[in-house]
Amino acid sequence: MLIPHPLLGLRDSQEFTYLGDASLMNRPDPSAPDAEAAFCDYVFLRNNPAGVHRELWFHEQGDRSWLIVTRNTVTHEILGAELATDVKLGGAQ
Amino acid sequence: MKFSGFKVVKEALTGYKGYGPLWRNPDPKPAYDIIIVGGGGHGLAAAYYLAKEFGMTNIAVLEKGWLGSGNIGRNTTIIRSNYLLPGNQPFYEYSMKLWENLEQDTNFNSMVSQRSILNLIHSDGQRDAYRRRGNSMMISGAGGQLLSRAEVKEMVPFLNFDNARFPIKGGLMQKRAGTARHDGVAWGYARGADMRGVDLIQNCEVTGFKIENGKVLGVETSRGFIGAKKVGVSVAGSSGRVMDMAGMRLPIESHVLQAFVSEGLKPVIPGVITFGAGHFYVSQSDKGGLVFGGDIDGYNSYAQRGNLPVVEDVLEGGMALMPMIGRARLLRSWGGIMDMSMDGSPIIDKTHIDGLYFNGGWCYGGFKATPAAGMTFAHLLATDKPHDTAKAYRFDRFNRGYVIDEKGVGAQPNLH
Repeated sequence: MLIPHPLLGLRDSQEFTYLGDASLMNRPDPSAPDAEAAFCDYVFLRNNPAGVHRELWFHEQGDRSWLIVTRNTVTHEILGAELATDVKLGGAQ
Repeated sequence: MKFSGFKVVKEALTGYKGYGPLWRNPDPKPAYDIIIVGGGGHGLAAAYYLAKEFGMTNIAVLEKGWLGSGNIGRNTTIIRSNYLLPGNQPFYEYSMKLWENLEQDTNFNSMVSQRSILNLIHSDGQRDAYRRRGNSMMISGAGGQLLSRAEVKEMVPFLNFDNARFPIKGGLMQKRAGTARHDGVAWGYARGADMRGVDLIQNCEVTGFKIENGKVLGVETSRGFIGAKKVGVSVAGSSGRVMDMAGMRLPIESHVLQAFVSEGLKPVIPGVITFGAGHFYVSQSDKGGLVFGGDIDGYNSYAQRGNLPVVEDVLEGGMALMPMIGRARLLRSWGGIMDMSMDGSPIIDKTHIDGLYFNGGWCYGGFKATPAAGMTFAHLLATDKPHDTAKAYRFDRFNRGYVIDEKGVGAQPNLH
């Protein structure tokens, strides 16, 4: 798979390390009253869709940036990639 | 129809006219006591044990394709009980005991072959870790032997013992481990369940659950609504998709695992061998092909095929371990979808929806678990209580802090 890095162009996915669903950027508020349950959901539960999936890839053997890659989990087609720092999903960074 | 040596001789002399289909192909009834979603190894085993051990026969198994068309038909056929943690090892040892009696129990030749597994040791630290694991295995009654380098060399002289980075320093062996004919396992359970009155309904895809007031009433399928008092979901690989229809999010990601088989060769590999310095496991099928595999591809996937970098990685592992493998040609490779759970261990539990039960999260260890997963899921469905050996496999272990993390890598499914 080739990942279209916004700064570096097409890069082999082998240069990247995979983390998982992009919603992992939305860390819950640790001081909220329901923080324990919210963190449990955050750490352990996933949407795991069959189809379009937004996910975090780390360019470990490249410029060491985090990308949000949009990819189809049924076909492995990569639909786009953005720098995670450019994306505000809400919550803490 | 009962299989026996006498039957084989009789059929040989009478033109094989006495063999019929192994199971019926019934249309769904309007309602059942129990519906099992998923006609793979685990689902068929659960139906079989529900009928045989718990005397329940008003049961249907719904399968969207043909029986055994998922991971039971595409794994590397290894059976073993060499786990470490107390939540896991007794369960897998129970499974091994069921394997040992499977063919007599189902009256079907599943070609269970206890040809041993050898986990290789490449460092002193790894020897300590395997010694600990071997002790855990012996506590559960599974047996296990720590072998010296010389003993390993005598048994499998073709390995690369003096690899510059990963010399072989010994091995942990379980003699009772081995392989089984994966399709034969599914067929044996299917036939046994069908003989006892279970309806095996193929080409019947579940498209939704009917849930009212927190209780499941049945399933919507491509062949209409089917009512049920209890529904057991056993669809590893598709767990996310199916449970999403019940509005549940799971501690599971779906990943693709590739497997490989070489051209047929003369007998060369005595049992199952695993490389301890990379991820590579190999055995030789009775047809002669070397059957092997390695890591999952590492990204969420529902495609039953992987990519080339992992092919290269697996074959590099093979070359490092046994350079002779480079002389064999690769015949086929394929992929299957794994339920990778957040701690690398499975779930066999009730859900918060009354009457809805779940079996999944097997990562890539589901085949060896088939008999025990079927038995313990049947136990749960029939009695509403977890089987003694499957008590740890609960949904709530994650928020209670009782994860069963055999590899110790945390909530990172692609690393298990």
